[in-house]
Amino acid sequence: MTTTKSRVVYTPSFTDGAEFRIPTFKVLKQDGSLYKGAKAPALDKDKALRIYRTMVTTRILDERMLAAQRQGRLSFYMQCTGEEAAVIGSAAALDDADMIMAQYREQGALAYRGFTIDEFMNQLFGNELDYGKGRQMPVHYGSKKLNYMTISSPLATQIPQATGYAYGQKLAGEGHCTITYFGEGAASEGDFHAALNMAAVQRVPVIFLCRNNGYAISTPAAEQFAADGVAPRAYGYKMDVIRVDGNDVLAMYEATKAARSLAVEHNRPVLIEAMSYRLAAHSSSDDPSGYRSKDEEAVWREKDPILRMRLWLERKKWWSEDEEKQLQETMRREVLETMKRAQKRPPPPLETLVTDVYDEVPPALAQQFEKLKAHIRRYPDAYPKSAEHAKGGA
Amino acid sequence: MTQMNMLQAINNALDTAMAADERVLCFGEDVGVFGGVFRATSNLQQKYGKARCFNTPLVEQGIIGFANGLAAQGSVPVAEIQFADYIFPAFDQIVNESAKFRYRSGDLFNVGGLTIRAPYGGGIAGGLYHSQSPEAYFAHTPGLKIVVPRNPHQAKGLLLAAIHDPNPVLFFEPKRLYRASVGEVPDEDYRLPLGEAEVLKEGTDVTVLGWGAQMEVIEQAVDMAEKDGISCEVIDLRTILPWDVETVANSVFKTGRLVVTHEAPLTGGFAGEIAATIQERCFLYLESPIARVTGMDTPFPLVLEKEHLPNHLKVFEAIRSSVDF
Repeated sequence: MTTTKSRVVYTPSFTDGAEFRIPTFKVLKQDGSLYKGAKAPALDKDKALRIYRTMVTTRILDERMLAAQRQGRLSFYMQCTGEEAAVIGSAAALDDADMIMAQYREQGALAYRGFTIDEFMNQLFGNELDYGKGRQMPVHYGSKKLNYMTISSPLATQIPQATGYAYGQKLAGEGHCTITYFGEGAASEGDFHAALNMAAVQRVPVIFLCRNNGYAISTPAAEQFAADGVAPRAYGYKMDVIRVDGNDVLAMYEATKAARSLAVEHNRPVLIEAMSYRLAAHSSSDDPSGYRSKDEEAVWREKDPILRMRLWLERKKWWSEDEEKQLQETMRREVLETMKRAQKRPPPPLETLVTDVYDEVPPALAQQFEKLKAHIRRYPDAYPKSAEHAKGGA
Repeated sequence: MTQMNMLQAINNALDTAMAADERVLCFGEDVGVFGGVFRATSNLQQKYGKARCFNTPLVEQGIIGFANGLAAQGSVPVAEIQFADYIFPAFDQIVNESAKFRYRSGDLFNVGGLTIRAPYGGGIAGGLYHSQSPEAYFAHTPGLKIVVPRNPHQAKGLLLAAIHDPNPVLFFEPKRLYRASVGEVPDEDYRLPLGEAEVLKEGTDVTVLGWGAQMEVIEQAVDMAEKDGISCEVIDLRTILPWDVETVANSVFKTGRLVVTHEAPLTGGFAGEIAATIQERCFLYLESPIARVTGMDTPFPLVLEKEHLPNHLKVFEAIRSSVDF
């Protein structure tokens, strides 16, 4: 049975969807004033400052850790630079009990939830305190207590998982939702389409937040899709959609707040397209000079989301030059000291090689592990990270 | 002859194939103006235009489905999957489509022009998702060919053979050696045979077999063993599917011992298939159990990757035990 209730025409009539022009929601101008007709969201001073401090912290963490990678202290790093408002503004609009299923550039959302610099560093250095037990590359954070699902590198896999997670939340009936973050490149994966369709069909409380930052590594959005961004796809699934200036923290907050109420109170999944720009390289392994111009980057540097929020806070007399200076100094010092501490900690113990593959180590794997330990005992100098741990056993 | 690293040799092979036949196309994520994240496709778009070398949207099943269609039409697509770890969204297109196109149509249609390139393997601090060796998943699929080169000379000759082979070929490139492996590469078009292993070194006591990046590990292990007076015969399998049973069996008839090594986990790894076949063929000639030196039966780790990997010390120990059995 078809569900289409369309009117009938008697001559061939094509449409390319051009009538669906999706507007961009903006609140805050770059000088910190509001657009005419725009209204600041209901944000008290404490919350506004929590958002701002998190944005600054994320920027400093990113700068220092990229530098650490360049110095060879760290194997790899990925920055959120330029997209702090999109990530932190949206995360701030959620309840702490809502689930976050991110891609890999959303450390700001985790920082907003309260992940400490120590916790970031332990993962980055894969030391014995890393929750992920040194198994994943840097920036693959996760926190059970902060409802932040551990990051997986394969792109877009988290999007249908978010639909499933949120369906479970709907059944549990506790008024929680899931937000999933991804880039406009990942939105080309089949998983994106499956996720949106299933969410719309099942009326799932999930927010799909697409960070349209212009590039998937080197591939510009113009080579990623022919359409006007990612937002129009929501129509195809009959889903609520909004496009937001991703460098406008107030608009991101307001839009996500409204999306959350659609999701949780009305079981309506929402697609948010945050228009922004990946100011940094894709990762520490990438060099954007091979595919985009400094001039293009400069245009976006002028639209810095952190400065934009700071100017708004200053206009409201909620923030001052002195406080800015103090925050910058404190955070830089904390990041540096914490990094030194984390780097000195030993790696996770040898048995983490074989634990968590299953709930228990299967017998055949236990045998492989005993064999490995015996091997390491014969060549302790070749395995400086684990020679000490291999001493026990048969 | 020109001195090249493996990336340059691969780039040169693609260039050679595109220059010779305008039906050859290269595409995948970031392969266009940027030349791929490893730069294997550098300058190909500049040289042959956007219609023949281009970025695709970020969708692996789309890339391979598109490539299957192109190959069925008579083009010669060389599709890049950015990392072998990301080939799995395309598993259906490869296993159910590329591999069965010819068979299911009674040879009315085929995708023999298809080559899929993907960097594989560990040792680069890549963790779970930038280190895997997925050859065994595909080796369970009749209709595919699977090829793994060990150095620049092999990479160019085998890739050109893969591109021109009338069957779909998966070409797994050892990314740890992309820049580390350097050697003389002929400038002209040349093709090395698919389905043929290569005996790299003759010996009498034990056969040591591997492919790709593991050949470098084997070389170090064999150096250690030779110092202990053990004579090793070294074989590069080169093609995983269909594999060269004769060359391996003939070697084991002579040495009576076999050590097989790969990075992928032990259980279900391709060494198991080799061991089963060789014990059938060479049972009465075997002096010791066939040894497998592999990654552990776990996902690929990060901080402890050295412990996980089948390095030269582990291969050396296996050679020793095989001879001392």
